[in-house]
Amino acid sequence: MAADDRSEGAGQGLLDRPEPTEPAALLATGLGKRYGSVVALDGVGLSVRPGELVGLVGANGAGKSTLVKIACGLVRPTSGTATIYGHPAGSREARQKLGYLAELFRFPGWCTASEVLALHQRLAGSPGGTGERAELLELVDLSDVANRRVEGMSKGMQQRLGIAQALVGEPKLLLLDEPTSALDPAGRRAIRGLLLQLRERGIAVLLNSHLLGEVERVCDRVVILARGRVAADGRPDELTHAGGVEIQTGDGVRRFPQASREDVPRIVGELVARGVDIYEVTVVRSTLEDAYLEAVDSS
Amino acid sequence: MTATLIIARHVLQESVRRRVFVVVLVLTLAFLGLFTLATVEAFKAQTPFGGGGTFSPHAITAVTLFGLGVFSALFLATVLAVFLTLGAVRGDAERGLLQPLVVRPLGRREFLLGRFVGAGAVCIGYIVILYAVVVLIVHQAGGRWPDHVFGPGLALAGAITILVALSLLGSVFMSATANGIAMFMLYGAGLVAGLLASIGAALGVHSVQTIAHDIAIALPFEGLYQAALHALGSNQTGLTQVLVNLGPFGSSHPNSVAFDVWAAFYLAVVALLATVGFERRDL
Repeated sequence: MAADDRSEGAGQGLLDRPEPTEPAALLATGLGKRYGSVVALDGVGLSVRPGELVGLVGANGAGKSTLVKIACGLVRPTSGTATIYGHPAGSREARQKLGYLAELFRFPGWCTASEVLALHQRLAGSPGGTGERAELLELVDLSDVANRRVEGMSKGMQQRLGIAQALVGEPKLLLLDEPTSALDPAGRRAIRGLLLQLRERGIAVLLNSHLLGEVERVCDRVVILARGRVAADGRPDELTHAGGVEIQTGDGVRRFPQASREDVPRIVGELVARGVDIYEVTVVRSTLEDAYLEAVDSS
Repeated sequence: MTATLIIARHVLQESVRRRVFVVVLVLTLAFLGLFTLATVEAFKAQTPFGGGGTFSPHAITAVTLFGLGVFSALFLATVLAVFLTLGAVRGDAERGLLQPLVVRPLGRREFLLGRFVGAGAVCIGYIVILYAVVVLIVHQAGGRWPDHVFGPGLALAGAITILVALSLLGSVFMSATANGIAMFMLYGAGLVAGLLASIGAALGVHSVQTIAHDIAIALPFEGLYQAALHALGSNQTGLTQVLVNLGPFGSSHPNSVAFDVWAAFYLAVVALLATVGFERRDL
């Protein structure tokens, strides 16, 4: 199983907390979107609570980007509603509360990194000034290229600048569409750390990603979209399940697919009694990828 | 309003950084150099023919050169206007430049207005300055002023404002390439209409004049351009007037308050269509 980057108790903590009085950071109800005869979303219901980190996964064309675009007002739904902290998606009040990183975005090549952030500060009405810019560039490790033009930056640097841009004005909800797609492993790790920091600061995040391992590591909850519908919604440990026990012996790996963690002492005892040398015991859980494929297949 | 000015400033900043102004300045200076040479030579060349009565070769030369200047100013400003705006909405959305901006609290209306103000300021400034320089060159070389000095400048400013607005409207619905092509075709259609009007007036063919008039109504930038040409030599009479009107820069379309009102209304309708189209567009 993949290593878990979530802070202790974060996985189950959020759902165990008392119901917040604050409205949902993002609430989608019966959301539908048609492009001509193509149904992109078909009655999607979804909520992201303040401070919650929710992963949105699904195949290409499942409707993930459409959902995110509706949430930030770039696309108008055909049916249903979406609200940001109680305000209709796309309204000025809603847009004041969110930061957005598009899947495919560009900044003007003639702007420097610092100028991109300054423009977004002005548009967001952020009073942060140079201090906020310096902090954001530091956060995404671009401090030393603050005055470099975007056209002189690598794709990964531009991606990190995009994340810094999304954080301008201290948004309360962050909508990230494939934020790590252009990053190397070190960059991805840094972004995972950043997401956890944001959650600690109470910022809600909807993370749209193809990288299931990444989603499983950091997200409190995962929503799986398939053919425009929610196919599964739950904590990563709810969506995954026991997958048996594997024991490495002197004769090779022996698998017990129906066994659970509770069966391990008995199985090990029996093997030792038969004179089998045991080197390693692994309790196998299905991965989010397995859960994802099951959900998509069943839909 | 603040958001509009932020976007307008961004447009101006882009023009400076992308060296649009440097390129425009160099090419405009090259044009003005050629224009000056042509003007000096033209005044030298017309002297031997003399004149008399209502026929003044000097006036014909001057008005024609003013007309050439006005034509060139509008053409160069149109190139500038189209290239500053052709991808403002759909083009920038396809390249991913637009989305990060329009999810900010500024409205789409303010964004579009900002693009309009930015591009309009550049183009109006350019066309007015170029017109003024052309007038000064002809005056220095031939000692004549246009019959109306300020009216043509205002008409040109109005014409380029409408072209900027039309290009922004096109950018809402068309890709950058398609919009650029459409704009230059519209501009060309306007020129053809102007020539048709001149031919119709010279030959006394009413139906041709009506067609040209209808096109000028549909494309008011053309009507304003024709009004600018007309104002340059509106005091000419007799054979001079006929010969000026028969030339490529003649015009039988005087300006009128009613046409100015129509142009202003047209601009408002274009702005409304662009705003509604942009607000309804999925990005």
